[in-house]
Amino acid sequence: MVEALRRQERAAELSPAATGAVDAAPPHLRIRGLTKRFGKFTALDRIDLEVRRGEFVAFLGPSGCGKTTLLRAICGLDPPSEGTVEQDGCDVTALPVSARDFGIVFQSYALFPNLTIRANVGYGLAATGRPKAEIARRVDELLELVGLADQADKYPAQLSGGQQQRVALARALALRPGLLLLDEPLSALDARVRARLRGEIRDLQRRLGITTIMVTHDQEEALTMADRIVVMNRGRIEQVGTPDEVYARPATAFVADFIGKMNFLPGRLLAPDRVEVEGAELLFEPPLDFGPGALVTVCLRPEDVVVREVDRRPANRLTAEVGVMEFIGNHFQTTLHVPGTGLDISADLSINAVRDLGIRPGRTIPICLPPDRLRVFPEPPRPS
Amino acid sequence: MAAASRPLATPAPVAEPAVRRVRQALSRDDLLMRAGLGLLALWLALTVVLPLRALLEKAFEGPDGNFVGLANFETYLASPALSTSLTNSLLIASLSTVICVALAFGYAWALGRTCMPAKRLFEAIAAVPILAPSLLPAIALVYLFGNQGFARWALFGHSIYGPIGIVIGEVFWTFPHALIIVTTALSTADARLYEAAASLKASRARIFWTVTLPGARYGLVSASFVVFTLVITDFGVPKVIGGSFDVLAVDVYKQVVGQQNFRMGAVIGLVLLVPALLSFAVDRFARRRQSALLTSRAVPLEPKPDPLVDRIALLFCSLVAVAILVILGTAIFASFATFWPYDLRPSFKNYDFDNMDGGGWESYRNSLEMAGLTALFGTVIVFTGAWLVEKTRRFEAVRGIVQLTALLPLAIPGLVMGLGYIFFFVEPDNPFHFLYGSMAILVICTIAHFYSVAHLTAVTALKQLDPEFESVSASLKVPLWRTFLKVTVPVCLPAILAIALYFFVNAMTTVSAVVFLYSPRTQLASIAVLNMDDAGDIAPAAAMAVLIFATSATVRLLYGLATRRLLARTQAWRRR
Amino acid sequence: MSSTRRRFAGLAVATFALATAASAARAATELTVYTALEADQLKAYQQAFEKANPDVKIRWVRDSTGIVTAKLLAEKANPQADVVMGLAATSLMLLDEEGLLLPYAPKGLEKVKPTMRDPADPPKWVGMDVWSSAFCFNTVEAGKRGLKAPTSWADLVDPAYKGQITMPNPASSGTGFLMVSAWLQMMGEEKGWAYMDALHQNIAAYTHSGSKPCRQAGAGEYVIGLSFEYRANKTKKDGAPIEVILPKEGLGWDMEAIGIVKTTKKLEAAKKLADWAVSEEANRLYAQNFAIVALPGIASKLEHVKGDVEAMLIKNDFAWAAANRDRILAEWSKRYDGKSEPRS
Repeated sequence: MVEALRRQERAAELSPAATGAVDAAPPHLRIRGLTKRFGKFTALDRIDLEVRRGEFVAFLGPSGCGKTTLLRAICGLDPPSEGTVEQDGCDVTALPVSARDFGIVFQSYALFPNLTIRANVGYGLAATGRPKAEIARRVDELLELVGLADQADKYPAQLSGGQQQRVALARALALRPGLLLLDEPLSALDARVRARLRGEIRDLQRRLGITTIMVTHDQEEALTMADRIVVMNRGRIEQVGTPDEVYARPATAFVADFIGKMNFLPGRLLAPDRVEVEGAELLFEPPLDFGPGALVTVCLRPEDVVVREVDRRPANRLTAEVGVMEFIGNHFQTTLHVPGTGLDISADLSINAVRDLGIRPGRTIPICLPPDRLRVFPEPPRPS
Repeated sequence: MAAASRPLATPAPVAEPAVRRVRQALSRDDLLMRAGLGLLALWLALTVVLPLRALLEKAFEGPDGNFVGLANFETYLASPALSTSLTNSLLIASLSTVICVALAFGYAWALGRTCMPAKRLFEAIAAVPILAPSLLPAIALVYLFGNQGFARWALFGHSIYGPIGIVIGEVFWTFPHALIIVTTALSTADARLYEAAASLKASRARIFWTVTLPGARYGLVSASFVVFTLVITDFGVPKVIGGSFDVLAVDVYKQVVGQQNFRMGAVIGLVLLVPALLSFAVDRFARRRQSALLTSRAVPLEPKPDPLVDRIALLFCSLVAVAILVILGTAIFASFATFWPYDLRPSFKNYDFDNMDGGGWESYRNSLEMAGLTALFGTVIVFTGAWLVEKTRRFEAVRGIVQLTALLPLAIPGLVMGLGYIFFFVEPDNPFHFLYGSMAILVICTIAHFYSVAHLTAVTALKQLDPEFESVSASLKVPLWRTFLKVTVPVCLPAILAIALYFFVNAMTTVSAVVFLYSPRTQLASIAVLNMDDAGDIAPAAAMAVLIFATSATVRLLYGLATRRLLARTQAWRRR
Repeated sequence: MSSTRRRFAGLAVATFALATAASAARAATELTVYTALEADQLKAYQQAFEKANPDVKIRWVRDSTGIVTAKLLAEKANPQADVVMGLAATSLMLLDEEGLLLPYAPKGLEKVKPTMRDPADPPKWVGMDVWSSAFCFNTVEAGKRGLKAPTSWADLVDPAYKGQITMPNPASSGTGFLMVSAWLQMMGEEKGWAYMDALHQNIAAYTHSGSKPCRQAGAGEYVIGLSFEYRANKTKKDGAPIEVILPKEGLGWDMEAIGIVKTTKKLEAAKKLADWAVSEEANRLYAQNFAIVALPGIASKLEHVKGDVEAMLIKNDFAWAAANRDRILAEWSKRYDGKSEPRS
């Protein structure tokens, strides 16, 4: 078993994600113009996407955004209406499911309730007609891999949710697929188990270097686990980027809204790098190339409001009144009102800052809204 | 905006050629399943649709086989016998329905809404009539209320031969059917409604009229139609105890068997199809409404003890249960009496079937064979079929047709089904004509007759499985049939056994469809009951009916034991 | 994958096997014989015949006289039967009129009483035995009600018997028809129908089969059952408290006869059965059930039937009965159908 594990680990070391040769390698998965219609309803609208070998990609979005549809279209469970899917350079769009190379873990795990854990994990292997001993060895290896070696002879119903999840994972990996698909793999679990499994799955994926796509509606899950996040909305991709990019530089107001907390402020463009918000004038970067007078939405994360050493900031310094403060645990949540303007900004203040600066409700304090933290989108704010 | 032009997003594809529709290639699994589904569609066409069509054609056919429009119907309508039979049938069916549904409601209410003791026992007793042919209560009634009946005084001089006997017999054997439906309807009650009503200080009577009854109304409607159809299309009971009281179902039999007038038989068969189809439609509608009543947040109702109410419920259920047991007991007693009513010493003389009309012990062996084959093939066909309908990917048109055809027998009375079968298979030109008069046709017809309920049971069981089993199987490159055998079948074993039992018991007790199809070599026990009664050998008829009941009951018990053992052995996974 | 195919193929084969197994022909020639004989007689006849002719197997299609007749007439375009055995002579004459019967002189025909065969030469049918009407009178129930035993047809219309008499429906039962035919021949049409009108007042039910009235009388369900002597004898033997009464005016009767269906494809086997049916062995078997059989000198006495049955038979004009059968039945149905038991 250790042998095989090492083999996988070596493969992982050689994989582009591990070696860092990200851009050089050809994509493992290339999706073009993927469209899925159910009658008149378009569930997926011309999706284009590339996934690199060894990469962990999360499809993130609200329910009904098409992320699961996309996953099922990629593996052929619900083939798309139009478009192509290439895996390893081959067009697999029209291939039946059984002719493809992937393993999948469903939200429900879909473990066979009447088979033991061992039989579940070895289910695909047994059908290949390999010798029994070899299958047993491989199953042991896989159970070891997911830390369930001692549960082999139990039935799924006798395991906890987290353990069942790992059995499903081991079963999906049994045939050494080139692609691992996880459909909301953690959503059926309670919060603590979920947090632990996140790390475990991520580690396993790194070790095996297997290209992985995970569907989730939980932004925290996507942010902590994925190499890249594909944010989806209404059958379209809103943004593709690393967790950092998606969080820090949301490409659209939707992404900004969906991921993390965000102040949405209505604004009007004064210059390519200057915007008027509720009577206050703010600088932002990088500049936009559309004309002054355009209505925009200005976004700012509550934690990006600066209250320390404001006088050393060059731009966007304002004075604000502190509103009601809520103690959340590791920070304070408050609303800052800028007198003379209609500006109300919700801000997260660290406990340190509150203590050091003596911030209390009703006090007036200097604040700065850093220009590089302001995201301006050329559209009126959506109701959120 | 689609795929925003962020650095890492893929660039938009360069002018693709005209949009290409994706047509996923069919895997071996897909092909196999489609082939299977095609076979199933063919099977259903052959065993359900075409016989029905033959019946329709026959009803519009003249003596020379030419189309005569409604002429046959006019002839039939012109005969005075019709109005009598029709009125009689409607009267009998309505009376039986009202009495049966009222009793079933009381019984179900007592079982579900009170804390009376011995509920399990009462449930078991209520299921008794299902295990007996409908002729059994009719024969028992002769012994109870006939001119030598020991309870003749209870009729105050009225004759049991006629409407009274028919109604009692029909209520007996339709009772379990109504009970099941009404019980389901009552079990969907939401406790919160009752709490709300109680907190408003509504009296028990008021709660009953404003909450209980409306809550079960669809169930009651559904049960009423089901009972009405069963009664109006049954001919076993009126045949035995109807005396000179003519009903439609017996008219069909007279026309076809007695006078070999197939066209008239077809016409009356079609007339009988009307209430059956109506009932089918109402039942479907009512069930949908009923299930909508139970929201996911409903709280199941837990009955609270109330000495008075519980005692009344116990009394009521005891009366009904005793009535059922008395009827069954009378048949058993009469079957063992040496020479009713003059020599009541027990003997097996009446079980000496070989010297009676009706086919002798061979008919019993035939029945066992027929029921066994029906259970075996019926279960395999129905379960595999349901699986194919549920799990075949795409192929919507055929799946839809099969699904619809599978439900069709629910709307066809057995009598009509049997007629369709003779018309279809008796034609010498029919390539399947060789089946006529064989055991196979009895098995095939019985499977078709009881297809729908078995199919629905299978579908329900399959729907409870994780829908992704097949996806997992495909992704692991395991052929689907393997998953079907290794996972689907074992997990659904309880439902599969229930289907087999359903087929077996119905095949043992059914008369209506097979009465037109049996041949001397394929005499059946249930038909022997009919024929022995015809020849005046009532005691042996009772004996055969009791034998059928005993067989069904034994198989039912074996099923209970087998399920328990099977669950213990092969379904260890159900335990935590 | 091959095992998948095997599974489906297996299913198909099994289904087909199921379909054909039952209909597969046996090695011996199988004769389809339509009959109205009583079930308890069939077995003995079949055993004796098949013992003598091991290469022929009989497949009975049994029902009451009226139904077998209707079935044969309905199938006349495509007859299913090879032989008709044990059906009323009046019915066989009807079939003959339709040209359905094959003229054939069975071996030993010369010994048969001349009155008990089709006068044509060779005959289309040959009689086997005579069955005649008899009353089954339940003495226990009669005692309870203080009823006297009837001794004649005429006694039956006594209002004392109201609701206590059952008789077979002549449309379905040969026993019923021979009574009606006898009344009409004895009394003449007009008086005959008048008699039936009066009798109708006392009838509780017209049964489907000829046996049932006697069975019901035996069980005390009704006091008097108009039936036939074989059933009466047997019912009494079974322990019923009945007296078998032969009405003094004379007994209605009919013959059970055998004839070969013209279209049979198994002529040799059919002839064997016809030959056997006139043999002495067969006649001895008939004699166990009937007082009068086709061969002279074999007549037996039924244990519980008192009186000389043969002497009491009325003069029966079969040709007239056969010719008027349809008309009589139609008239009968018009008058009395209301009290008929289902099925006729």
